[in-house]
Amino acid sequence: MTEYKPITKLADLPEEDLFLSGHRLCAGCGPGITARLTMLASPEKPIVVNPTGCLEVASTIYPFTAWKVPWVHVSFENAAAVASGIAEALDKLDKEGRNKRAPVIALAGDGGTFDIGLQALSGALERGHRFLYICYDNEGYMNTGVQRSGATPMGASTTTSPAGKVIPGKQEWKKDLVGIVAAHHIPYAATATIAYQRDYVNKVRKALSYAGPTFIHVLAPCQLGWGYDPSQTIAISRLAAETRFFPLFEIENGTLKMTMKFPKPKPMEEYVKTQRRFVHLFKPENQHILKQIQQNVDENWERLLRIEAAGKIF
Amino acid sequence: MEQKLIGLTGNDAIAYAVKQAKVDFISAYPITPQTFTVETLSRYVANGELDAKFVNVESEHSALSAVIGAALVGARTFTATSSQGLALMFEELPIASGLRLPIVMSMSTRTLSAPINIHNDHSDFLVSRDLGWVMLYAEDGQEAYDMTLMAYKIAEDKSVLLPAMVGIDGFIISHAIQGIRVLDDREVEGHLGIINPRLKVNVDEPLTFGPLCFTDTFFEFKRQQHEAMTNAYGVVMRTFADYEKLSGRKYSPVKNYMTEDADVIIAAMGSTVGTARETARRLRNEGIKAGVMGFTLFRPLPEREIFETVKNAKAVAVLEKFISYGAAAGPHYLDILSSIYGRGHVPLYDFVYGLGGREMTKEMIAHAAKVSLSNAREGVRVGVRFPGVRD
Amino acid sequence: MSSKTWKELEIGAVLRAATSLEFKTGDWRSERAVIDYSKCIDCLICWTFCPDSAIRRQGTKVSINYDYCKGCGICANECPVKAISMQKEEV
Repeated sequence: MTEYKPITKLADLPEEDLFLSGHRLCAGCGPGITARLTMLASPEKPIVVNPTGCLEVASTIYPFTAWKVPWVHVSFENAAAVASGIAEALDKLDKEGRNKRAPVIALAGDGGTFDIGLQALSGALERGHRFLYICYDNEGYMNTGVQRSGATPMGASTTTSPAGKVIPGKQEWKKDLVGIVAAHHIPYAATATIAYQRDYVNKVRKALSYAGPTFIHVLAPCQLGWGYDPSQTIAISRLAAETRFFPLFEIENGTLKMTMKFPKPKPMEEYVKTQRRFVHLFKPENQHILKQIQQNVDENWERLLRIEAAGKIF
Repeated sequence: MEQKLIGLTGNDAIAYAVKQAKVDFISAYPITPQTFTVETLSRYVANGELDAKFVNVESEHSALSAVIGAALVGARTFTATSSQGLALMFEELPIASGLRLPIVMSMSTRTLSAPINIHNDHSDFLVSRDLGWVMLYAEDGQEAYDMTLMAYKIAEDKSVLLPAMVGIDGFIISHAIQGIRVLDDREVEGHLGIINPRLKVNVDEPLTFGPLCFTDTFFEFKRQQHEAMTNAYGVVMRTFADYEKLSGRKYSPVKNYMTEDADVIIAAMGSTVGTARETARRLRNEGIKAGVMGFTLFRPLPEREIFETVKNAKAVAVLEKFISYGAAAGPHYLDILSSIYGRGHVPLYDFVYGLGGREMTKEMIAHAAKVSLSNAREGVRVGVRFPGVRD
Repeated sequence: MSSKTWKELEIGAVLRAATSLEFKTGDWRSERAVIDYSKCIDCLICWTFCPDSAIRRQGTKVSINYDYCKGCGICANECPVKAISMQKEEV
């Protein structure tokens, strides 16, 4: 672990990229920005564990690899288990001079975290291994063609929760993953979006200043899956926070703190109308769904404020 | 050097070997009948007898995943499982092989559900046979101890670098106490050395492990694994020879008993081989020239040795503790067939027995041997038979 | 793509760092980002947001690396002084 040194300006970031050009991620890919920022944020060269997903597939098509750090891919649901093995073994091997300790960062999509990867994540957090788990959330199983995940917001149209004549998109609410993670009582968990780069970088640095385990949930939009022009990835990430659709907070040593408050939030519709995955919600027969979504956003925000006011509860 | 004689169960014999191998990292999930292999290992670690990281994962899938992570950074590793646990971690077995990691795993074999049954047959072991693991099967606790030590030597050989598994019969061997002769700690240390992978995940070398290989790049890596498995045969033979010098115990890819002049050979794997030997002695007393071939090195297949063993027999009664639904015969039958085809001809007869721990008696084995001989004399082809099933 | 035989390839498909730099994704784009340096204020915002590390940075100075620019337009959209424009690639 490293001492927490937040950046105050972008020029504080190192110049050298460790996640390089030549990868095959789509133009304007949110997870691509996440990977770059994560590598720039880490004060020491990390070992990256990447489960199957867009980032892994597009960045390591043999014989091309975009990574300038030691990087491991094993399978889809076990990033946290592989990271556990690496963290523990390195501990012993370092003591014996057979390898060197380094920060271990698992960089997993919502697919490999919320659903199929949840068991391994929970086990690793419960056992307290020293690693940082970052979930880059593009709200769907994007690499296999935009299928719904537990992270897909209610109402969104995906290929397995399509907006059809009878069912208007995903019927279930987004899983409260950070709530589940917080219940493991780890030293640090946070949410972020890539629009606020300094905020994200500093959260990564703060997480790495703890031995672990630590967790960050970062919203990383997918232009293809969400249906918007690639140039809007950052703008949409920003709107997600400004509408309180995706709240930004930290849970540090059991206490929740909102990191950005947005006292005059934009209406949720401003965010939802930018993406084709929500376009069916603007039909007259689906107006009630928009209302439900706004209500959910408001209630969730109020809930977070109540938790914040309660002090140390995790 | 003087070998201590200790009373150990099959599971504990394996754990003892793992301790002497000075494994760095163990991760496992309990499942009957493997359970106390890992309980014993966690006791060794808790008492400071084994300086290793012991991680109690939340499932077998995570067990092998964590072991893969540890092996990637250059640790000597171990895990153990059975049955449903093997089935759950199945996804990671070919991955361990494809990533070329010298992981060692023991399997206290147990059948596969459904119905659920905790007793021994070879389903979990045999169902793993195409995944790129070197596979050894122990007849008893002594072999379990010896093979676990040899597995590290074989797996870590630079011309192999494949994971290896050692199977033992669940309950029958895993839970039975035998007098096990164990080598001296320092001798094992000297024999195995410290694992030293050429390539490992480390922060000074930004290597990428586990990339995506499309249709134009994938096939070559499978060919490499095939080569490694082919190399493994020679490495196994060398390891057997070296181990004999250390221990005085001789190992061979198939374990033959009275096969040289046998008219009927009983082929089997695991503890049944012992029962078969006793049966062969009785048959000999009845005037039937019976012999026994026990599968010891299962993968890579020792086809030459199998052919040499059976080539002059009039019939082979193949005992399979496994059922391969829809196939004309089981894996042992097919292994023998592929070893002799094109080299010679010996009639083979398949017998599925002991599923879910159903007892296999000397009488049943003797009957199988006799009926094989008479089928061979008549020149008839007979399909799979099921001694022990209530018909 | 790869013409090496199975004997020549590194076992287990292990790769050495940064070989993706050989794969120039610049031919993906239909528009290219162009910086008007008379307006650029060296804020580095564009550099932080490029998913493809296609904006080179030296100190606080930036330049577009056309070997890799995919033409996504994020930099142009986020530049606080509108110093970057997206211009159609000639066919």
